[in-house]
Amino acid sequence: MVSAEEGVSAADAPTIVELSSDDVLRARSEAVAQAGLGRKADHLLEVRNLSTHFFTPDGVVQAVDDVSFDVGYGETLGLVGESGCGKSVSALSIARLVPDPPGRIVSGSILFDGIDLLKLSPEDMRKLRGKEIGFIFQDPLTSLNPTLTIGYQIGEAIREHMGLSTKAARDRIVELLAKVGIPRPADRLNDYPFQFSGGMRQRVMIAIALSCDPKLILADEPTTALDVTIQAQILELIQRLSSEFGTAVLLITHDLGIAAGMCDRVNVMYAGRIVETGSVDTLFERPRMPYAWGLLDSLPRIDDVRGEKLRTIEGLPPLLISPPKACRFGPRCPYIRDVCREGEPELTARGSDGHMARCFATESDGWIA
Amino acid sequence: MDRVTVAATPDSGSETAPTLPAHDKANIVEVDNLKVHFPIRAGIFKTVKGSVKAVDGVTIQVHRGETLGLVGESGCGKSTIGRAMIRLRDATSGTVRFDGVDLFSLNTEELRKYRRRMQIIFQDPYGSLDPRMTVSAIISEPIETHHLAEGSAKDDRVAELLQLVGLDPKYVKRYPHEFSGGQRQRIGVARALAVEPEFIVCDEPISALDVSIQAQVLNLLTDLRARLGLTYLFVAHDLSVVKHISDRVAVMYLGKIVEIGPPAVLYSAPGHPYTRALLSAVPVPDPVAERKRRRVILKGDVPSPVNPPPGCRFHTRCWLYERLGQPEDCRTIEPPLAVVATTADHHASCHYSDEALKTDVGIAHIGAPLVRRGTPASALASLDQDPATPQAPLASPAFADMPETTGESHASDSFGVEAPGSTHTPTDIQSPF
Repeated sequence: MVSAEEGVSAADAPTIVELSSDDVLRARSEAVAQAGLGRKADHLLEVRNLSTHFFTPDGVVQAVDDVSFDVGYGETLGLVGESGCGKSVSALSIARLVPDPPGRIVSGSILFDGIDLLKLSPEDMRKLRGKEIGFIFQDPLTSLNPTLTIGYQIGEAIREHMGLSTKAARDRIVELLAKVGIPRPADRLNDYPFQFSGGMRQRVMIAIALSCDPKLILADEPTTALDVTIQAQILELIQRLSSEFGTAVLLITHDLGIAAGMCDRVNVMYAGRIVETGSVDTLFERPRMPYAWGLLDSLPRIDDVRGEKLRTIEGLPPLLISPPKACRFGPRCPYIRDVCREGEPELTARGSDGHMARCFATESDGWIA
Repeated sequence: MDRVTVAATPDSGSETAPTLPAHDKANIVEVDNLKVHFPIRAGIFKTVKGSVKAVDGVTIQVHRGETLGLVGESGCGKSTIGRAMIRLRDATSGTVRFDGVDLFSLNTEELRKYRRRMQIIFQDPYGSLDPRMTVSAIISEPIETHHLAEGSAKDDRVAELLQLVGLDPKYVKRYPHEFSGGQRQRIGVARALAVEPEFIVCDEPISALDVSIQAQVLNLLTDLRARLGLTYLFVAHDLSVVKHISDRVAVMYLGKIVEIGPPAVLYSAPGHPYTRALLSAVPVPDPVAERKRRRVILKGDVPSPVNPPPGCRFHTRCWLYERLGQPEDCRTIEPPLAVVATTADHHASCHYSDEALKTDVGIAHIGAPLVRRGTPASALASLDQDPATPQAPLASPAFADMPETTGESHASDSFGVEAPGSTHTPTDIQSPF
């Protein structure tokens, strides 16, 4: 059930970490400024009109459909939404890891630090992956190789991309393991993934992601498989290390609370489209899209007053095979009008600070103020 | 609660506690000093090398008509307690009484009568329904087992149950794979309700579902409890969900209950440092509050339940223990579940719960009250003012051109997930408000 190893690691680290948010914020803003120094473009990542489709026997699933967004140097951008909304496929597209067949990036461009990733040869892309772009996936047990030691797996990217000697690579691995909070790192190099607990495995994943000082980390539901106290540890670690190294993070999550605590800006996705985007404060303070309202309403909160019934979003997300030219949230939206059925709204500005929403009802001439 | 302390003394060796408290009619389930240990076997002779102490001395009562929330992290024993309460697990020692009757003393035949009165809803709506059985067969099975109805009366009952959980009875001949996760969970609820139980163990019933679907199933469970007078044990790891649905909340750590009380006090003035750490780890969907909160990040993992730490089981990770200068009694004396200086029905097992109460660690909103930022008032007003605005036609969504009989789970979009009890016609969909 639980290996003896976990008992040891728990005993090793009995103290607490208390976060003072001011310190974290200051460290962040400094790191973000640092990160932008050697910049080659306006944004570290510029995704333009990205469409990724899956060609299945039942038809073409438009998993990501005409999606555009930027990630600034050192910035943490959240992609939130429910299963099947296209958030993970967006990340896979950036890494060019969409399983082909059946998936294919059908159009768009992805500029990473000024380079168009979609034009790179597979060989050049492989040189970039793991070096410039790090990955943290949801399930650390299936994303680590069970037959290789932790030390080998962390060292893989270092040997591949940094050309360090065996000794120097080993020192770097130990340093990385210590950095992500693995007790007695030098003794754990030859252990296998099964000898680590879920939280420790996720720390190893983070060590691998950081191993070559990447400019961007793609974190796809990095804490979904973890318990809440372990989740807090991992989120704190990602936040602290990304600030320390000025690494930009594309954080994919279904948990609005995590997005609120971690991100500088947030994109809300629904049915393959970005339906709302803005700074984290604006978006949570004054969301301008009925889907975002529904998500926030349907969430029970620990700071909630008990008793009232949750307002829910009725129905289910649509199928993404040949969606009609209409608002994709329309069928579940209580504010729907004929105009929503006749055409699809564009992502248009709400206010001046980059807040945008895809909704006829909340446009300046809409029917909801 | 009459009995407030958990016996902290080591096992006396006797299988049944000699001082079993008298049965209280107000309690539907009474658990007394329950221990569930799983043996660890090793070597070629599979000799017992030790045991995983999943539940290690728990005393708790479930009041008739309440929802008791049971929270904790994976491996803390919360699901095992739920299963032992309906005797899906046997106990190593201790008693579970259902309506005053010791479940572990019953033979198979006697137990069968009680099974009808207690049911369980499982976490995984994919694994808990037999893929080869139709919805009708799944829901009929318990009705047949308990000889509750036959022939057309049985079919009527199945239809009634489906309607009760908000599914269209015309889909009785379909198979589980044709339904979405939320709809499958509704089928699981219908199956549990088929035998008209009094007590239902809800074992993480919504953790496998998407946010918007979670709220639908939560509302369904709340409605059903009120309409049918049910009692729930709601087992979950999500503290916000448990707070929303429960009348009382119990927090578990390493096989023990460390705190229990009504959510209003337990969430605003937690008496156990573990509860505070748990609460502080729950992200709140409010960036301003997130930045203001004082967060405790526990170091390390939960210790192994094979060899739980001596004294207070939480002391190896406890921030309060560190802050108080590592007092000795935390390492040596196991704290009993005792009344906390908040309300009489609030108990915590910490020697220093008074000290825990003095801190603001784990409190979600310091000072400022919650402002729920979801649907703005202007939008709600537009719904009230404008009765001509047609409601979302759920039963005929814009994507209804999908053939209804494909094996795709999304084909079930057109099933219409509606509030229970409303008469079902394709156009009669209740407003979500």
